[in-house]
Amino acid sequence: MNLVKEATMLEIRKLQASVEMKPILRGLDLSVKAGEVHAIMGPNGSGKSTLAQVLAGRDTFQVTGGEVLYQGRDLLPLAPEERAREGIFLAFQYPVEIPGVSNVYLLKAALNNVRKHRGQPELDAMEFLALIKQKMKQMDMSEDLLYRAVNEGFSGGEKKRNEILQMAMLEPKLAILDETDSGLDIDALQVVSKGINALRSPDRAMILVTHYQRLLDYVVPDFVHVLAHGIIVRSGGPELALELEERGYGWLEQAAAPSSLSPLRSTGAP
Amino acid sequence: MTETASRLDELIASEYQHGFVTDVETDAVPRGLTEDTIRLISARKNEPPFMLEWRLKAFRHWLTMTEPKWSTAHYPAIDYQNIIYYSAPKSMKDRPQSLAEVDPELLKTYEKLGVPLKEREMLAGVAVDAVFDSVSVGTTFKDKLGELGIIFGSFSDAVREHPELVRQYLGSVVPYTDNFFAALNAAVFSDGSFCYIPPGVRCPMELSTYFRINAKDTGQFERTLIIADEGAYVSYLEGCTAPMRDENQLHAAVVELVALDHARIKYSTVQNWYPGDKDGKGGIYNFVTKRGDCRGVKSHISWTQVETGSAITWKYPSCILRGDDSIGEFHSVALTNNYQQADTGSKMIHIGRNTRSTIISKGISAGHGQNAYRGLVKILKSAEGARNYSQCDSLLLGDKCGAHTFPYIEVKNPSARVEHEASTSRIGEDQLFYCQQRGLSVEDAVSMIVNGFCKEVFKELPMEFAVEAQKLMSVSLEGTVG
Repeated sequence: MNLVKEATMLEIRKLQASVEMKPILRGLDLSVKAGEVHAIMGPNGSGKSTLAQVLAGRDTFQVTGGEVLYQGRDLLPLAPEERAREGIFLAFQYPVEIPGVSNVYLLKAALNNVRKHRGQPELDAMEFLALIKQKMKQMDMSEDLLYRAVNEGFSGGEKKRNEILQMAMLEPKLAILDETDSGLDIDALQVVSKGINALRSPDRAMILVTHYQRLLDYVVPDFVHVLAHGIIVRSGGPELALELEERGYGWLEQAAAPSSLSPLRSTGAP
Repeated sequence: MTETASRLDELIASEYQHGFVTDVETDAVPRGLTEDTIRLISARKNEPPFMLEWRLKAFRHWLTMTEPKWSTAHYPAIDYQNIIYYSAPKSMKDRPQSLAEVDPELLKTYEKLGVPLKEREMLAGVAVDAVFDSVSVGTTFKDKLGELGIIFGSFSDAVREHPELVRQYLGSVVPYTDNFFAALNAAVFSDGSFCYIPPGVRCPMELSTYFRINAKDTGQFERTLIIADEGAYVSYLEGCTAPMRDENQLHAAVVELVALDHARIKYSTVQNWYPGDKDGKGGIYNFVTKRGDCRGVKSHISWTQVETGSAITWKYPSCILRGDDSIGEFHSVALTNNYQQADTGSKMIHIGRNTRSTIISKGISAGHGQNAYRGLVKILKSAEGARNYSQCDSLLLGDKCGAHTFPYIEVKNPSARVEHEASTSRIGEDQLFYCQQRGLSVEDAVSMIVNGFCKEVFKELPMEFAVEAQKLMSVSLEGTVG
């Protein structure tokens, strides 16, 4: 039964977005099907994080052109919380601290909001705790993190693990991981990668935004795209990441410099 | 303004829910304040001569005083001759002998406010004294408490029935010379609650007073006196509301607490006087003096307050830690939205040895709200081994509001230990976006963050009050932030 695997999860067409009138994304195309893992790589300032935030609905970015279809529906009019409830999850590059609100409280509220939206019964405290403790074990997280304020005083590695824990709890259809590997030592990277790999599934799509190839040693993507100056300038398989590691971004960046740029030259998804 | 911010703005604009007016005939004294007004009030209340004398002394002293100007609050001058100092529902003139005789219109008012006065309908475990404008309209569970020797009821009744207790303790914590508003209150106070817990008695239920200002142009000047005798315990709750009116109304109350050896008093307030409209028109001026005297050894007084109402709040519930090893606590959440102003905090005066005090103050400012913490920790020479811990946190919603902290610390004993921590934070758009990305609405996210901020204080409140306080916070914040 190949139907699920073939379904297009996300279709981005000629997406343009700016922040404070400054264009960042300049006609980006990308197509992601269920079951696929796409890595978006690129130099600093190429628009990787902007893409992640725009997909999640952050309103500091203005979409100035193009369209985004999520499971065949127009995504852009939806509020961030509606996108989340529809199954879009963003693992933040810089997870936000919320003093006074315990991690467990936020997660329970989040999960029950999502479950309600899906027509599933809300979990009571006991069911919830049983589930989260099991997931925390998988993420090698200590239980006291549950009762601490959201991300407050967490180490870099704990914050990123916490993001993956939330993803595991919310079971999104489309997960966008924004520089999840940044700031992790090798042990933490392995734990986080294990968590991500455990969530790979035929009906879930993932977009890994990363600057370095390192993460891709552990989470092997189906496709690699290079973003430069707000468009995708090259797409390929996992081998492209290795080539980038060797040659850097310079040779691809030149091709996409704004002066010589026509969005149509983007190769898009393979 | 971003979309998140404008949605926050909408969220902060909900209406005051207790703004209705009860239509009752009132018996009021003429506007203005002279010695005759005071004689009239005293006569209406059939007071013994000592009370009238005390009032007149207070009034004469008040005439020599000027209104304090040191708070951060700004407001037009108050015309003290344009206020009605006594107003009572007419039906109270021939005082009802029991709740069954109370005007049904008044009972309905309290029912509407969620404070039913019929005992059988009440939450078990809470006795209520209801004060409407200037008089107490009824007290529940009076008889049941009486069996334990607990005296709980209106101040007026106490003056007539227990003059010796009133005489002994009235003004012993807050003398009429204390400050401008306390002097005014002493001169004209009309009613309030009185409570005496005899030695060794643990009051089996929460005692509660519900204050309601109804009549127009009327000031409410109530006076509460609570005495916990040796080894006694009492938990006391106070709630307040008022109708929505365009004019500002004055509320100048005095609360005195006395805790003797090993006694404990827990005093909780949820203050929701009408805060004025979104443009700052109307609202209650809440100028209140609250003070507890830990007179006995190992006595313990704690103040917990949730202040969401009033156009201006000016109050500093304090503890005088006189007895050795006595403990004073102050836990406060003050929220200002629209054009509300709050200048609130606490004073902890350490006199006895090994006295301890804690101050936890949480200020939340939204809209154009201004919130100031003002506190004094004073350790006298005699207070060997005294300790204080103070923590003042401010939370800002939006960029037009303000938070201010004025801590005063005076230490005269070298063995004392005083700690003060302060923080200011704001609900950031990144926090809201994070919560939204996890599926929460902006409304839920704000209320989750605010409640998280207040958690430490809410946990000090009795159960039903804590739930009430959380709801109140959400309502008071509807329509906030930019």
